[in-house]
Amino acid sequence: MSSKLLGVDKLQKFFITSQGTVRAVDQVSFSIMEGETLGLVGESGSGKSTVAYTVVGLHSPTSGKITFEDRDISKSVSKRPKELKKSIQIVFQDPGTSLNSRRTIQQILELPLKVHHLGNSRDRKERVVELLERVELPADYMYKSPHSLGGGERQMVAIARALATGPKLIILDEPTSALDVSIQAKIINMLIKFQEEMNLSYLFITHDLSLMRNVATRVAIMYLGKICEVAETSEFFASPIHPYTKMLLSSIPVVSEEEEAMKPAKITSEGEIPSPVNVPPGCGFHTRCTVVAGGICSQEIPEMLEVEPGHFVRCHLYPSPLPVDSIAKE
Amino acid sequence: MTETLLSIENLHVQFKIYEGRLSVLNGIQMTVHTGERVGLVGEAGCGKTTSMKCVLKILPSPPGEITAGKILFHGRDILTMGTREMQHIRGSGISMIFQDPTAALNPVFTIGDQLTSVIKYGSRESLSKKEIYARAVGVLREVQLPDPERIFNNYPIQLSGGMRQRVSVAMALATEPELLIADEPTTSLDVTIQDQVLRLLNGLVEQHETSVIFITHSLGVVREMADWVYVMYAGNIIEGARKEELFANPLHPYTHGLMNALPKLTGGGIAEGIPGRIPEYINPPSGCRFHPRCPQAMKQCSESLPPVIHTSDDHDVACFQYGGEDYE
Repeated sequence: MSSKLLGVDKLQKFFITSQGTVRAVDQVSFSIMEGETLGLVGESGSGKSTVAYTVVGLHSPTSGKITFEDRDISKSVSKRPKELKKSIQIVFQDPGTSLNSRRTIQQILELPLKVHHLGNSRDRKERVVELLERVELPADYMYKSPHSLGGGERQMVAIARALATGPKLIILDEPTSALDVSIQAKIINMLIKFQEEMNLSYLFITHDLSLMRNVATRVAIMYLGKICEVAETSEFFASPIHPYTKMLLSSIPVVSEEEEAMKPAKITSEGEIPSPVNVPPGCGFHTRCTVVAGGICSQEIPEMLEVEPGHFVRCHLYPSPLPVDSIAKE
Repeated sequence: MTETLLSIENLHVQFKIYEGRLSVLNGIQMTVHTGERVGLVGEAGCGKTTSMKCVLKILPSPPGEITAGKILFHGRDILTMGTREMQHIRGSGISMIFQDPTAALNPVFTIGDQLTSVIKYGSRESLSKKEIYARAVGVLREVQLPDPERIFNNYPIQLSGGMRQRVSVAMALATEPELLIADEPTTSLDVTIQDQVLRLLNGLVEQHETSVIFITHSLGVVREMADWVYVMYAGNIIEGARKEELFANPLHPYTHGLMNALPKLTGGGIAEGIPGRIPEYINPPSGCRFHPRCPQAMKQCSESLPPVIHTSDDHDVACFQYGGEDYE
């Protein structure tokens, strides 16, 4: 029914530093359909933001392929056609730094319109008012500067800016993690509304699994530069497979017994994410894993396997049925 | 849980700035009993940290100024104590863990340097150098840091965020305080590391029978950490209840709004957040400071500050819906 909008195939992004090569993103593949929200979840240092920046064109990939509407865009952003830049927009985590404090809101919202030669100055002003209305801010905000706005309002402006060029894909890089929950709720609901109205696709980068439960169509978990599990949201939360996913889920502080019951039997969280400069051999997670399947985990990198239709996991425990079902929910 | 350890009575704090006076705390009232774990929840800027800074007398002044109120620790008013006496309370009486361990630790001293001076100046008894070292390594081991002797000689930058926060926990507990104030100790950590630190804190607190005030903006975290929860909004404590009671039966419209706005693991979408935003302190709304955002606001809400209604032994709420209508 809906067609593939973004395809990422075996994406790698390494950074060469004096300490060694940082393998920030290593062999990451996923796709995003039209009108879909893919939640990319991971801890800090997992490489989720690097994926976002590479897709939007802030980094050029070390290797691998990115396609947008079947067109190859895996080159640096300077070589990317302008109309594609128009179609892929990004909202950053901290609107305090992503909005230029020396510009008025009008200037900020006009810039993408100018860059893409959309309308004359009167059209642009109308469009700015319209954009502000869209994000439910009063029109006279266009004369204000970002620092006179609250954190939530600033993020609305950042979203309005992303919407200015009429994009198809918006990358949301932790858009609400710096905000209070009451404001987060407002922004999330607005994003969902825009998605329905404009058939937008979102790549939603976050560390908040509870949020993804309510927002994402599919959820992908990243750990140490690799995706370790992907599934449809309902399937993902009903039957998480990867030991890391279970650890994440069982670590979430929740507010009700019903939610408590959703968590896999307590896998106590241990250890910390290793440095991406010094990736452990084999499965990156084996140093923290509570159900290491044996020597193979520290020697061979597991393959991504489809265990259920649409449910992929990268773990040596699958697909072979193993006696280690002590980790299962019962 | 019988004896009152700390009680804050009608605390008012103002900040003097160029534009005028910000009335940041507007009559805080809270009690911590011996051995109790108290949670203080509220959104950014509601005055959680400010009120705790008053307890340790580390509120920067100017601009901060305590204009009214009492803070009784073991029945004695902290606010009237002298510097020397306060020095004794900080450390062995009350200690604090800060949100950002990177900022709380001095980057140019080793963990050992910082930890030993805390033990040396904060302990009740005077200890020999050897004893201090032994205790320092001991607390590092207690917070489950691997190889504590090595960590003792490390600089903060050599540790990860989670390890640094463990060091801060060690530092706060090294002097065996009666009351520990933990100010969002896990906010800057990843969820799996947060889980580890919370479990560690809970274990240590239980073992040492320390009373705790746990500040957080996360209702989920407070549910794991507290016996009694206070909810703060714009400089007022608007609700206080036993944890189970609060989550089963939140009374204040703001608490309701907060709980609804929280994304749930069970799904079902996210309710509309609370309309509007936190008021400016320069000119806060009259009466109940929440009334401009409150869906159930009544006439008297804008006229006078709602009294604290004692709805049951486990529940207090400051809202006119539950009584206290002072009709003329």
